[in-house]
Amino acid sequence: MKFGVVVFPGSNCDHDAFYAISNILKKPVEFIWHQSQDLANCDAIILPGGFAHGDYLRTGAIARFSPVMKAVEKFAKSGGMVLGICNGFQILLEAGLLPGAMMRNSGLRYICRHVLIRVEQTDTPFTNAALQGQVLKIPIAHNDGNYNADEATLADLEKNRQILFRYTTPDGANDAVGNPNGSLHNIAGICNRERNVAGLMPHPERAVESALDSADGLVIFKSLVESLVTAAKATA
Amino acid sequence: MATATTEIKVTPEIAAEHGLTAEEYARVKQILGREPNITELGIFSVMWSEHCSYKSSKVHLKRLPTRGKLVVQGPGENAGVVDIGDGLVAAFKIESHNHPSYVEPFQGATTGVGGILRDIFTMGARPVAVLDSLRFGPIIAGKGVSEQEAAKNRRILDGVIRGIANYGNCFGVPTVGGEVGFEPCYSQNPLVNALALGIAKKEDLFFAKARGTGNPVIYVGAKTGRDGIHGASLLASAEFTEESKQKRPNVQVGDPFMEKLLLEACLEAMQTGAVVAIQDMGAAGLTCSTTEMASRGGTGIEIDLAKVPQRESGMTPYEIMLSESQERMLLVAEKGREREVLDVFKKWGLDAVVVGEVTDGGLLRVKDRGKLAAEIPAHPLAEEGPVYRRPIAQPPLRKETAADWFSFSAEGTDLALNFAALLGSPAIASKRWITEQYDTSVRTNTLAGPGASDAAVIRIKDPETGVVKRALALATDGNSRWCQLNPRVGAMHAVAEAARNVAASGARPMAATNCLNFGSPEKAEVMWQFSEVIDGLTVACNELGTPITGGNVSFYNETLGKSIYPTPVIGVLGILEDASRVLKIAFREEGDAIVLLDGAAWALGAQQAAPLLGTEREFSSSEYSKTIAGIVAGEPPAIDLAAEKRLQECLVSLAANGAVRSAHDVSDGGIAVTLAESCFASLVGAQHAAPQLGADVKLEETSPAEYALFGESGARALVSVAATSLARVLETARQYEVAAYQIGQVIRGDAFRIEYKGRVVIESSVSKLHDTWAHSLERGLKAR
Repeated sequence: MKFGVVVFPGSNCDHDAFYAISNILKKPVEFIWHQSQDLANCDAIILPGGFAHGDYLRTGAIARFSPVMKAVEKFAKSGGMVLGICNGFQILLEAGLLPGAMMRNSGLRYICRHVLIRVEQTDTPFTNAALQGQVLKIPIAHNDGNYNADEATLADLEKNRQILFRYTTPDGANDAVGNPNGSLHNIAGICNRERNVAGLMPHPERAVESALDSADGLVIFKSLVESLVTAAKATA
Repeated sequence: MATATTEIKVTPEIAAEHGLTAEEYARVKQILGREPNITELGIFSVMWSEHCSYKSSKVHLKRLPTRGKLVVQGPGENAGVVDIGDGLVAAFKIESHNHPSYVEPFQGATTGVGGILRDIFTMGARPVAVLDSLRFGPIIAGKGVSEQEAAKNRRILDGVIRGIANYGNCFGVPTVGGEVGFEPCYSQNPLVNALALGIAKKEDLFFAKARGTGNPVIYVGAKTGRDGIHGASLLASAEFTEESKQKRPNVQVGDPFMEKLLLEACLEAMQTGAVVAIQDMGAAGLTCSTTEMASRGGTGIEIDLAKVPQRESGMTPYEIMLSESQERMLLVAEKGREREVLDVFKKWGLDAVVVGEVTDGGLLRVKDRGKLAAEIPAHPLAEEGPVYRRPIAQPPLRKETAADWFSFSAEGTDLALNFAALLGSPAIASKRWITEQYDTSVRTNTLAGPGASDAAVIRIKDPETGVVKRALALATDGNSRWCQLNPRVGAMHAVAEAARNVAASGARPMAATNCLNFGSPEKAEVMWQFSEVIDGLTVACNELGTPITGGNVSFYNETLGKSIYPTPVIGVLGILEDASRVLKIAFREEGDAIVLLDGAAWALGAQQAAPLLGTEREFSSSEYSKTIAGIVAGEPPAIDLAAEKRLQECLVSLAANGAVRSAHDVSDGGIAVTLAESCFASLVGAQHAAPQLGADVKLEETSPAEYALFGESGARALVSVAATSLARVLETARQYEVAAYQIGQVIRGDAFRIEYKGRVVIESSVSKLHDTWAHSLERGLKAR
């Protein structure tokens, strides 16, 4: 089992994702430079947060053209697990690996704080260790997390149960109140129809130790590890 | 002037336009043995500007204590460095970017953060935290403040906050603390002081000393443009007038993405072992970096401007040498290994060009397409600039009588109402609206972000293994109202409070950095304030064991002849031996005893300390007096540094033993505000269904009620203690000769109650008080 963390120029949560996997989960992980043509035989790929290529033009708009994205796309199409966090989510949207687009937060300001998100689906490699309806406390830190898509796409997402996380309140009851950025359908994270590519705006890698105020993000990484173990057994 | 060419003949008038006095100009001619050309004149003018040369402050700064057992590098390098154990060091420094932030708030603040970050990674340290100490004019119209002025101040604040957020968030460093203050004197001259902290392995530290004749000098980073020419000399070293808006072209423009690339590339290049020295191009750009590297190394440097990457065509040598374009570095590599260095920068997509070489003979030689553009001895240029012992004059003593002072309210006055007003005042209200715009948690080291503890606390991951053992705590402080009333005592309070904040997080204060913001040094009263502040800092830093390792001086903070309050901002760095023992301000458990620790009251036995100056006089300088009565007069509270030291050592010991559940120092707004903030912090945790906690407190004092509740005398902190630990805490306090009084307890539910001499003076609900405190700033800032 080996994780790969892609490093774009301007990625700044690459070290944090690496640390969560190597020091907290204690699993093998390596960095993959954005110029790389291959994924160094990694079994799961993380696109980390940050401001890839300065987020000039639009968030993620330039990063999708980095050479490594061809390999990521191929990997995803063949069923490989890809998780985009924050800027990584934005890049997956721009690359067309996930549907929809990101707009500026409705308050037109950068927001960094802990939010609560509810796990909506547990039959994905990113959430299978979580409980349906479980509320997680995880920080957000973004300018552009206002998820947007047309009605048909949103209907598809709902119908195919692709919405993995929604913003909510402590009791899991009032999503609109918990929504920090105006995201449609209170979406915090989604997956593709095949359920092997996911993106979310909150930063689970910043919530893996109680010393940092929350370890709720661990469940996402643990889900990935379990999925990789299961996949390895299946092929063995 | 910005389009000057080498053909311009230098005259005494042109020298004067460059801010050089007749004596300074004579000195230039003496050093050169001839008349300077226009490029050379430009170089001298920036190097000898107040901002770069410290010509008015040097004689005073020498008095500051700068040495200590843990100090690896004191003032004189890009940043101060202290030993934090296990082969690691911390580099930290605070710097001002005041004038640019007034002229263009967003870019001014942005480049202020960018500049201080470069100072840190130039030393080979990876930046891990930023704090900002900000001062603005009033943001709410009222007595003496027009709506127009308040609106302008709100715009400045908004631009500055966005600028800080934009740079730090993109760069990937958490902005974890600092303070924001409001006084009318900052309406025409806001203060933006940015502090950065970095961590490096001791053996990997880099210094800005050029060595090795023939070694290549390499320019890296952004291209040079015409922005920021004379930023240091004309913008930072002169007061503001009506025409200052025309100085907008003197403000630089920041690009945090470029700086992020520069950070990664520089740290990677340093790892090759082929880098000899490195210096960032900040104030005075290429001029300052070449001159200082050569001067420190005792060498010369020769560069060819034709090789310097340029953003615009037709730039003159004058413009290239004086440009303050951001995100640039100059480094010296080992001859024959330049390829290794250049390859790293190429990987990160950055310009990196050999522009010259280290020479012997000590000359800064600038060529332009083979033609000599400037030739100046580097050492005299850097080190033998003018030094002034400016006239000092104490302003006439304020003649105050009891009529000028705060008069305490009669019994029965509704203190709850005043308390709510105090909690909602911009100085005391929650700054969350601001700090939520900063990324506070990137790098996953933030153990205590803004408002969680009295200091920001960042854990130290071992650069190789990631293992965490210790943590660093940082706090900034500076009460300018107190410095205006008494510069010496005010400065001592600034050190004492910053150190107390650090100790209240559980960390042992170890070193300090300072940013000294003042009016014009050409005014004798301002120089008196400056000298008094230096004396105050010296005494306090010596007593509290926090040597000054660096910082900067910002003079000319005045507009239309009116100076700001003297504003020394002190950053204190401390170390927590066990990162799991961080103390935060939030109350945690129902039934815990609330204990007031008072270092100054020890000698008085069971009695609480009475003010030495008379309560009215001292109280007139408090936040309560200013907010409720509009009175700013009297004196800052008397300061007892030995008591501060005892209290701080006591707090560090209590934290190390895990004896207390929370700690919060008593400062602005006194015990009442301190108590309320500890209740509020437990509410924030309650977002995740934690219990809400209140407080029930009884004060038995001889002083008037308002003094007892809202007085701000130092050397005090509130801790909450489990019943089972109470005896141990009281015993520890006794050992450190700190008086300890149980004044109440933490209660479940929403009640907030203070009794004074058997009479209930404040009875409210935590959630109601919290609403006022939490939202006042945002409501005040909302466009109306």
